[in-house]
Amino acid sequence: MVAGGRRRGYGVAKPNLSDLSKADLTRIYRSLRLIRRAEEEVARIYPTDKIKSPVHLSIGQESVAVGVCDALRADDAVSGTYRGHATYLAKGGNLKGMFAELYGKATGCARGKGGSMHLVDMAANVLGTSAVVGTTVPIAMGYALAYKRRGKGQVVAAFFGDGATEEGVFYESLNFASLHRLPMLFVCENNFYAIHTPQSKRWATDRLCERVETFGIPAHKIADGDVFAIRSATAEAVAAMRSGASGPVFIEAHVYRWKEHVGPGEDYHIGYRGKDELERWRSTDQVESAGRALDATARAAVDREVETLVAEAIRFAEESPFPEPRELMEQVYAS
Amino acid sequence: MPPEAAHPGRILRYVDALKEAVIQEMERDPSVFLFGLDVDDPKGIQGSTLGLQQRFGRDRVFNTPLSEDAMSGMAIGAAMAGMRPIHVHIRMDFLMLCMNQLINMAAKAHYMYGGSVKVPMVVRSMIGKSWGQGAQHSQGLHAMFMHVPGLKVVAPSNAHDAKGCLIAAIRDDNPTIFVEHRLLYPTEAYTPEAPFTVPLGKGRVAMKGDDITMVGVSNMVVECLRSAELLAEVGIRAEVIDPISLVPLDVDTIIASARRTKRLLVVDNAWTCGGASAEIVARVFEEVGSEAGIAVKRMGFMPTTCPTTPALEALYYPNPGTIAETAHRMVKPKDKSWRPDPERAKLAYQSQFRGPF
Ligand SMILES: Cc1ncc(C[n+]2csc(CCOP(=O)(O)OP(=O)(O)O)c2C)c(N)n1
Repeated sequence: MVAGGRRRGYGVAKPNLSDLSKADLTRIYRSLRLIRRAEEEVARIYPTDKIKSPVHLSIGQESVAVGVCDALRADDAVSGTYRGHATYLAKGGNLKGMFAELYGKATGCARGKGGSMHLVDMAANVLGTSAVVGTTVPIAMGYALAYKRRGKGQVVAAFFGDGATEEGVFYESLNFASLHRLPMLFVCENNFYAIHTPQSKRWATDRLCERVETFGIPAHKIADGDVFAIRSATAEAVAAMRSGASGPVFIEAHVYRWKEHVGPGEDYHIGYRGKDELERWRSTDQVESAGRALDATARAAVDREVETLVAEAIRFAEESPFPEPRELMEQVYAS
Repeated sequence: MPPEAAHPGRILRYVDALKEAVIQEMERDPSVFLFGLDVDDPKGIQGSTLGLQQRFGRDRVFNTPLSEDAMSGMAIGAAMAGMRPIHVHIRMDFLMLCMNQLINMAAKAHYMYGGSVKVPMVVRSMIGKSWGQGAQHSQGLHAMFMHVPGLKVVAPSNAHDAKGCLIAAIRDDNPTIFVEHRLLYPTEAYTPEAPFTVPLGKGRVAMKGDDITMVGVSNMVVECLRSAELLAEVGIRAEVIDPISLVPLDVDTIIASARRTKRLLVVDNAWTCGGASAEIVARVFEEVGSEAGIAVKRMGFMPTTCPTTPALEALYYPNPGTIAETAHRMVKPKDKSWRPDPERAKLAYQSQFRGPF
C-alpha cells in the first residue's frame, strides 16, 4: 500500500542493547555526552556577555541527532535548524569552530559571521543551518538529488522541528522527494512546542506519520526519544536508500527541550508548560541511560576526554582574534 | 519632538502605544481582529499583544501555525469579506514567506477586480537588531514593498506616531505594511490617550535647522537626532525630517527643506541599493531639477550581509558618529574631517539594551 515497504504501525521496536558492541556504545555515549557538556558550558558562559548570539539549546533532545548521525557515513550530509548544536556536533562538526563562532571570532566555523543559528562545517558534511523555520528542508532535498545523480549511495538527513511541518514547503518537499525517490531521511524532532505554543494549538490532529505516509513515504515514530531505537530505524532506512530499494523515509522522534526556547535558562515559571513534564522526560535522560550501559571505568574515561575537549574549545574561542574590519565586505560575492 | 506640542498626553512606550491602538480600534470596530504566530504567547510579541486574547477572546485574537503564506492569504480573504485583520510577524524577515500573497493578491485585488473589492488589512512586522541576530533576523525590507503599487508602507519612529499610524492603517481600506524596529519598542514619547490618527502620507520636521536636511527612516530618525545634537556642538544646525510614511511619501516637506539647506542626507535602516533612500533622492531631484544645486548623500547598511560578530556588526550600521561625520563633510567640505567621540556617538539603544532575546 505504501511505497518503500511494510506497514509497521509507526512505532519502532526497541533494539536489544546486547546487539551493540562496546565500541558502538562508547561512541554513542561519547557523542551524547559531548553535546550535553558543550551546551551546558554555553549556558554557563552566556550570562558573561562573551557569547553575543541567540542560542537555542538542544539539552534533553540530543538523542535524535546522535541516533541518526551514528547510522550515517562520513560522506552523508545533514541539514539542521537554528537549534543545531547537536546536529553539528553529532555529525562530526568541529567543536572549536563552533565555540569560536558563538564568540564571534575569526576562527569560527562561519568566521564569526553566522553565530549560533548558522553553523556550518562542509568538511563534515554539515550543511549550514538557518534561522528561518523550514528553509533548510528543500535545500537538503537538493543535496539528495545531487547525491542520487552522483550514484555513490550517499544520503541526506534533514532535521527540523514539529513547527516546521506547518510550513507549506514541508509538504512540497515531501511530494517531490517521494516523486523522485530521493535518498533523504526526513527527521522531525517533535518536542511538542514551537517557541511557547503547544502542538495542540497548532495541529488539527497529531497524526503526522499518517499525513506523511499519504505521500508514499514510510514513516516511523519513536515516542520516547530512545537513542538506540532512533539509530536502528535510521540504519534500516539508510540501508534501503543506499541500495536503491527505497526513496525517502520519515522519522518522527518525540523528545523534550529542557531549557527555554532561546537562551540558557529554564522557563517553567512563565506558564506555558509544567515542570512535571520535565521531570518525566528527565527520568528517561538518554545521556544518562547510554552512560549506564557502559561500565564505570569506560564511562569515566569518556567523561574525562569530553571535559578536556570542551575546555580546549572554550580556550581556543577566548584566545582567538575577532575578524578584521575588512572582513565585513568579504564573501559577499563568490569569486 | 513636535508631537508633544501638538498633542499633550502621557509618556508612553512604543510597545504600549501599539497595544493601545489595537485595543481602542477593536473596541470601536467589531470587524477588527488580530492574529499571528505567538500573539497569545506568554511574551506576546515583546509585550505588544499581551493580554489581548484575554480581553477580546479567541475568535478575535488568535495564534496561528507556522504557515505564513496561507495565513496571509487568509487575511486577504477575510479583508475582502469585510473584516479588518491585523497580521503580526515577530520579524520582518518572515514576510518573505508572504510575498506571493501580499504582492500578487493583496496589492492587486482592488485594481484588478475593477474596484469591486477592498483589502483593508495591516501587516505588522518588526526589524530585529543586535545580539548576533545576524543575516536572517535583522533585515529592513520595506523597499521591497515600496516597489509595488497598491500597498502602503509606514515606518513610525516613536510611540506617538506608532499609535496614530496604526489606528490610521487599521481604518485605511488598503493593505498596509507596518514597519516597526525592535530597538524602538522601549522608547517613550508623549502620546494622547484618546484615539487619534497620524495620516499616512504626511511627514514631519522633527528638528529645525538651516545647514543640512537629514531624512531618517524608522529608527534612523532617532540616530539622526542624536547626530544633530553632536553637530550643534560644532556649529552645524541640521534639520531632521521623519517621513513616517514611505508610501505614500510626503516628498514636499523634504523638498521644501532641501531647497533651503541645499544639502540632503538620507539615512535608512536598510541597504541603499534600490532602496527607500534612492527613491527619496530621485523624487526630490525630479521635482527640483539639478539647477537647484542640492548636494546629496545616502547612508544605510553596508552593502553586505549582516554579520553576527559584534566586531563587524558595529561597522555595518550607520550610527550617530558616522552620520555626523558625513553631514559635517557635506556642510564643510573644505575643513578637515571630524567625527565625534565614539563613546558619545553610540547608537541610541546601546546604553539600555541587553540580550538575550
Ligand atoms: C518562517 C519562520 N516563521 C517563524 C519563525 C519564528 N520562530 C523561530 S523558532 C520557532 C518555533 C519552531 O518550532 P519547531 O519547528 O518545533 O522547532 P523547535 O524550536 O521546537 O526546535 C518560530 C515560530 C521563524 N524563525 N521562521
